Formats: sequence, C-alpha cells, structure tokens
Amino acid sequence: MELQAVLMAAGGGSRMTDLTYNTPKAMLPVGNKPLMWYPLNLLEKVGFEEVIVITTKEVQKAMSTDLKIKDVKMKLDVVSIQEDGDMGTADALRHIQPKIKTDILVLSCDLITDVALHEVVDLFRAHNATMAMLMSKAHEFTETVPGQKGKKKTAEQRDFVGVDKSGKRLLFMANEADLEDGLSIRKSIMRKHPRMLIKTGLVDAHLYCLKKAVVDFLTENKSISSIRGELVPYLVRKQFSKTASASNPLLFLHLFLFWCPELLISSRDEPLLQLAQERSCWNDHRGDMSEAYHGGKLRCYVHIMDQGLCCRVNTLAAYIEVNRLAPKLFEEPSVHPSADISERCQMGSDSIIGAVCHIADKTSIKRSTIGNFTTVKEKVKVTNSIIMHGVTIEEGCNIQGSVICSNAVIGRGADLKYCLVGNGQHIEPEGVNVCVWYLFISAKCLSQLGKFLHSQV
Amino acid sequence: MLSLIVSEGKDLTKEEKQRLRKEKKQQKKIKEKKDDKASQENEKEKKPVTSAAPASQPPTQPTPTKTKAELKAERRARQEAERASKQTKKGETGQQAATSKPKAPPSDLQPVVKRLPEHIQVDNPDVLKKLAKKLERQQIPLRSDYGYKVSLFSHLHQYSRKAPLTQQLSIPSTVIHPAIVRLGLQYSHGIVAGSNARSVALLHAFKQVIRDYTTPQNEELSRDLVNKLKPYISFLNQCRPLSASMGNAIKYIKKEISNIPSNCKEDEAKNKLLNCIESYINEKIILAGVAIAKCAIEKQKISDGDVILVYGCSSLVNHILCKAFEKNRKFRVIVVDSRPRLEGKEALRRLVQKGISCTYVLISAVSYILPEVSKVFLGAHALLANGYVMSRVGTSQIALVAKAFNVPVLVCCETYKFCDRVQTDSFVSNELDDPDDLIVTRKGTTPLEGWENESSLGLLNLVYDVTPPDFVDLVITELGMIPCTSVPVVLRVKNVDQ
Repeated sequence: MELQAVLMAAGGGSRMTDLTYNTPKAMLPVGNKPLMWYPLNLLEKVGFEEVIVITTKEVQKAMSTDLKIKDVKMKLDVVSIQEDGDMGTADALRHIQPKIKTDILVLSCDLITDVALHEVVDLFRAHNATMAMLMSKAHEFTETVPGQKGKKKTAEQRDFVGVDKSGKRLLFMANEADLEDGLSIRKSIMRKHPRMLIKTGLVDAHLYCLKKAVVDFLTENKSISSIRGELVPYLVRKQFSKTASASNPLLFLHLFLFWCPELLISSRDEPLLQLAQERSCWNDHRGDMSEAYHGGKLRCYVHIMDQGLCCRVNTLAAYIEVNRLAPKLFEEPSVHPSADISERCQMGSDSIIGAVCHIADKTSIKRSTIGNFTTVKEKVKVTNSIIMHGVTIEEGCNIQGSVICSNAVIGRGADLKYCLVGNGQHIEPEGVNVCVWYLFISAKCLSQLGKFLHSQV
Repeated sequence: MLSLIVSEGKDLTKEEKQRLRKEKKQQKKIKEKKDDKASQENEKEKKPVTSAAPASQPPTQPTPTKTKAELKAERRARQEAERASKQTKKGETGQQAATSKPKAPPSDLQPVVKRLPEHIQVDNPDVLKKLAKKLERQQIPLRSDYGYKVSLFSHLHQYSRKAPLTQQLSIPSTVIHPAIVRLGLQYSHGIVAGSNARSVALLHAFKQVIRDYTTPQNEELSRDLVNKLKPYISFLNQCRPLSASMGNAIKYIKKEISNIPSNCKEDEAKNKLLNCIESYINEKIILAGVAIAKCAIEKQKISDGDVILVYGCSSLVNHILCKAFEKNRKFRVIVVDSRPRLEGKEALRRLVQKGISCTYVLISAVSYILPEVSKVFLGAHALLANGYVMSRVGTSQIALVAKAFNVPVLVCCETYKFCDRVQTDSFVSNELDDPDDLIVTRKGTTPLEGWENESSLGLLNLVYDVTPPDFVDLVITELGMIPCTSVPVVLRVKNVDQ
C-alpha cells in the first residue's frame, strides 16, 4: 500500500464560534453538504478506498445520521478523541500511530479544493521527499461579512514561505508571530540555494504527505503537538541542519549522548539507491560542486496552486465565500428534486434549494443557499444569504446578506440585513424592524436584546 | 524415325505435362501469397487446377506400378492436405501482413517475416489500437502523444513532461507497485538518466517488488511473478521507452524467475532471486566498470600528457578518468556539451571535484578544439549487432570530426549493453523527448513561446543517434579490447553460454 489518508475532523472552529455554537465545524452545511464531505469526496475521486477519520464523539454521531456521508463509498475508520481541545493535530497522529503502516496523506476537514492531487503526491514520490504540502494563492473575499464593521479584515498573522527558483522546494517557513525582529535566513541555506523567492500571500491548505518515519519520530518526540505550527517548520529547518546530511559516525555518537530523537529516513537498499544516484547524470542545481540535493536526505516540497479553488473554511468570511463557490465544483442540479417550489417564485440560477423545502408564491431568492427542510412563506425576499436546515421564514420577510443557522424561525415581516442568527432562535415578527448593521442573537442575550430593541422602536 | 519421333513426342508431352503441372503449382503458390482477399477465388482456382491435374495425369501415366485410381486417390489426398495447410498458413500471413512489412521478397518458401516493435509504428492506427487494448487489459493508462511531430519521425512517440502518466492513475496506486510508480516518475522527469543508472534503479525497484510479493493460491511463483512483472514493464515503457540495457536486465530476471523449481519454498525462492539481482548488478555493472577502467589504464590507453575529449556525461567514462587520475596519470580533459540536456556540466562537476583539469566547450566548437585532442573517449547506450554504436545524439558528429582529424575514438561499453538489434540510421528507431525542452528564455524573451500555434513549425528533440563502426577504432569492454565488428561474436558467445 502506498499512502494512507488521515482526515482531521476534530477541530473546534475557534475562529467562527458563532456558527459552531451548536453544530460542530465538520458538519456545517456548505452548499447543503456537510463540510467534511468535500475532502472525503476529493479522496474518493482520486481513488482512495479507506480513510482514517479523527473526530469527536459528537461529530461521529452526526456522521452516522447524515445522508451525504453515508453516500461515501470509502471505508471510514472513525477514531474519536476527547473533546476538550487539548489535543493538537500532531498529538492526534501520535494517537493513531499503531494504525499507520505506510506514508500518510493528512487533510483537514475544512479544506475545499479541486486541486489535482497527483501534483502534490508526484513531488512526494519523484524526489523521495519527507514532506510534500499544498499551498494556494490567497484570494480576497468579496462578500460582506455579518458582524464586521467595514471591509477591512482583522489583521491576520502573515506566513513567510521561501521556495527555490523552481518554485517546488521548500526552503523557509515562518509565521510573523514567531519572528521577533525581522526575518533571518541562515547562511548555509543561502550558500546552497542562492536564489530564494519569499512569498507572503499564500494560504496553507493543510494537506500534507508525510513519510512514515515522521510519524515514528512524533511518537518519540512528544513535545510537538501541532502539525502546522510546529512539525512543518521543524522539518523545513531540519533540511539544512548539519546532522541531517551528515553520515559521520562521530556526529551520531554525539546525538545519542544528548538523546535527541532523530529522523531515520534511510531505506533498506540504501547502497543501491546511492549507486543509481551516482550513475545518474542529473542534478537539481547547477553551479556548485555538490551532488544532487546537496547530499541532503530530508527534503520538503510544496506545490503552489495558482488556478482553481482552494479554500480553508475556518472563518466566517471564508464560510460565506465558499458557499458561493463550492456548488460550482459539482454539476448537480441547484434545486433538489424533492423540494416543493411554487411557480410564482423568482429564483436566480445561482441559488441552491435543499431537500424537502417548501417555497411559497411571490418569493424571490437570489444568490442564496437554502438548506433542507426549510419553509419559506409568501412574499419573502432572500438575497445573498445562507439559510441552513430546518428554518422557517414567515411571510413578508426581507433577508439580505445574512446567515441563518439551523432551526431558526424568522417572524412575519422581519427585515434582516447582514445579520447572523444563531441556532434555534426566533426573530420577533413585524414589530422588530431589525435593520442594524450587526446583530448577533444567541440564547444568552436574546431576551436582553429583545428588550433593548423594543425600547428603541 | 517415325517411332523415335512418336516416342520422343510422347516423352516430351509427358515431361511437358509434368512441367506444366509444376508451373501451375508455382503459380498457385504465388497467387495465394499475393491474394489476401477471399479464399473462395483461390479455392475456385484450385479446383480446376486440381481437377485438371488428375485429369492430365491419367493419359500420361505410361506404366503404373499401382492402379490409376489408387494413384489418383493418393494425389488427391496429398493435395487436400497441402490445401488445408496453406489455408492455415494464409490465415497467419494475412494477420502478419497487416501488422508488419515483410522484409524478404516472396520466394518459394514461406517468407520469414520479422515483427516490428510497436513503439516505432505509432503512425499505424491498427498498431495503436492493439497497444490500447493491451494496456487496457493490464489496467495501465495510455499516455497520449503531444505536439506536432516532424514528419520524418512521426512513427515515434512524443510525450510531454507536463502530462505525467500518474494523472490517470489512482493515487494510492493499487494496480502498480508504488516502487515502480516512483521509478516511472523518476524516469519521465529525468531524475534517473543514463543507461547504467536506469538499469540499477530498475533492478532496485524489482527487488522491492519481489520482497513484497506473495504467491496467490494455486499459482506457481515462477509463472505468476513473470505475469505480475509484465504490466509494470508496460507502465515503465509508457513513462519512458526502455533502454537496451534495461531490456537485457529484464530478460535476465525473467529467465531466472522461470528457472525457479516448482518445489522451492516461497522465502527461499525470493532470497534466491534477490541474490541473483545483486550478483547481476555486481558482475555486469560494478565489476565490469572496474575491469574496463583497469584495462584502459594498464594498456596505456590513457598515458601522460594526453588530452582526452569526452562528450556528455557517461558514468563509465567518468569512472575511468577518475581512476586514471588516482593512479597519477597526467592528463587533461575537454568536456563537450550540447543543448538541451547540457549533461556535460554534470560531467564537468564530477571531474573537477576530483581535481582533473578540464576545458568545457559546446559541440559547435568541436572542430576548433580537435587539433589539441589526442584521444576521444565515448560512452555508449547500446552496441548493435552490426557494430554500430547507439549513444547520445551528437556522438556520431564527434566521431566523424575526430576521424577527419585522425584522432583515435575509443568507445567504452559493458557487455550487458550489447543488443542483437540491427540499425544503420538514426531515423528508424529513436526516442523523441519533450519538445518544450528546446524553449529557452534569454534576457526576458522566449522566441519559441507559442510554437504549438504555428501550423508549419515542429520542434524535434532527439535523444539517440548511431555511429557507424568505421569511425570507431576500439571498443573497451570487460572482455578486453575488441574492434566494433566483433560485437556479433560476443553476442553469439553470450547466447551459447546461456
């Protein structure tokens, strides 16, 4: 077997707590499909037959009832971990180490992409790399996000990614938060790769191909707890450290004395591989006296996508953006066959209607996603919104640019603009002319807000 | 007198009629060979002939030892048998004629038709269909050709590196062993290049395949493993056409596998095979290299004060030069290089790292630099049975110019690269590399950028060419120093050994 797929679905969605209050991030509906269906679909299309899914018990329960996930033909080996959130992605890998028999492909459940996966895996195979990952050029989000004053995003910490001149070999990776006073690059890297391109506008897709030796290394080295935050920068740095390329027995002795667990990447037929490399007239660089790969055994590669969709759904803005784009990936009918739509309803072509919906007359639905089991009564205008499952929208409502979570009820004549309505909430009918820029209703502050607004009107 | 004439006339008529019969039979044979269409016509022709033949026979039989009827029956039976055998042979020749061009002219005997390999018949749609069917059966995707092919070479495959074969394979590859997928990728990206490197890498991958192999129920290892290897070899062929050395290595392995006795246990058999592979690499590649170097150095082929010209990057020639330098011979090297591969830079790096003083020129300057040169050392991809040397494109040019300047040309080649193919020109069988390699960007402009849109422009990136034996003075092998024309002798001896 060549690769085992591991899907990390235990993330809490810490940057979009509004949405994940009731629904776990992995099961958030995107285009009426649960979020984790997208990476599973990607794996299935490419030809995987088994996936190890690491998730919480809550998600596991939700998965067993969801129709779309039952549709997935691959064998899902669900491993549940504690929900308290102390376990990082690397800790989770350590947890499933006994199941891992070959090299692994780690994905995050919030990745929606149409990348040709063979591009990443080919780098991993051809160069016998220790790690290969996927990154994509970041796109600006154009939609207005409920809950944000103005279009300016909160300043995210930038990632500095250094690649060589072919654009494939990863030389340097650091987050702005870790760099106190400027970017420093070691001379040994510059000597080996005099031309380095440093890019900042890249999004890490959290898709990694890792060698089995890395997982074994993680079991020894318990201090690493996050793949993205700690393991990847460690591997990138290790490429150029002296011990990685040394075959000096004295240095190995030195290591054992200090007991730092080492990455053992040699294979069984090392002398033969060495012989083939010696006889081959290929070198990855020109101009200095060193052999291919500068004699380094640890190599990290990155594939940077510049076209196509690659989005990580970990913020509200990303969630809204992806709801627009994700349905275009598949050629499914925008209206579910079991939905009951009356004839006098004006529906735009880029709207999606879920299963068992009731859309009454004189409604207008434009650029919106309507979830399953939703009821929309007459004279409702829905524009640019995301409506999740089981929502009831009474007559005469006007909903614009909003996100309405599951099982909410929007009272008659309510007017919502750029609002975010939490799970199972009720919006007061007519009397509350909700027309503020930002309104967030949760179970805790509903009563308070209601009183406040009543006093305003 | 009259009686004589009468008797002569009788003899003549008898002989004449026998001759007529023979002629008719020959005509029949020629007609059957040329006529591939309906056999009914032939049958119709045969019937009157066969009916004519016995009809003409009875009056010419003077003194039968058997009765006329018995002889007639005999002859009819013989002709029926001949007709039946000709029908089956015609069926075969019909098929063969569609897929090959008969090389021998039609003669009395059935022509010995050689089947042409499919990789040099890409412009024949029947061959392509057959290949597609074969690959489908083995569950290997078909790699499609890329770009406009120059008409002289339209019978060869031309692939693009941007469309690797792995695009159409499932990602945890189940049909093909992962080591073979990795090897195929390395071949098509050029990471493993050079005849020796490719063979060693192939054998290394086969070792992993054998290690991971388990005999299924009710199957014999000797037969099943060979069948398992066939799709892998097709896959590697699709990634990059196999070299002659790889072909010989594969033949050796297949022979070793089929020679495993059926009562051998699986672990023993696997160990035996792994040892065979190890010993093959050791004998034919490593030790052969050592022997060739020793031969070249001791027989004073590299002497003090020599100026040696090498072309491209041949692992064997580099090895010889490094060994000679270690033995304290004083010489300098001129490395000749050519686009688009620029392999000479790698050769230059290896020699300079050792401490040898080198000069680097491009092939366009070879006639300028040759007056300084005392010997030319060339590596070979394969040595053909008629003494021609198949090597990197440009080698024949170097040999030609060296001959014009009376500089001795020595080819270094291990015996496992000898193949029994015969070729006199570089057109018939060659390899077309990715044409996009020829595109180069200088000072910000790329002149050949949109070459696919020009309908009359074709880019040709040849990989190999053949050098006639008149330009080669000596071939250094581990069996000694032989002239180019002794290659078939070595091949014959090798075949007899096996």
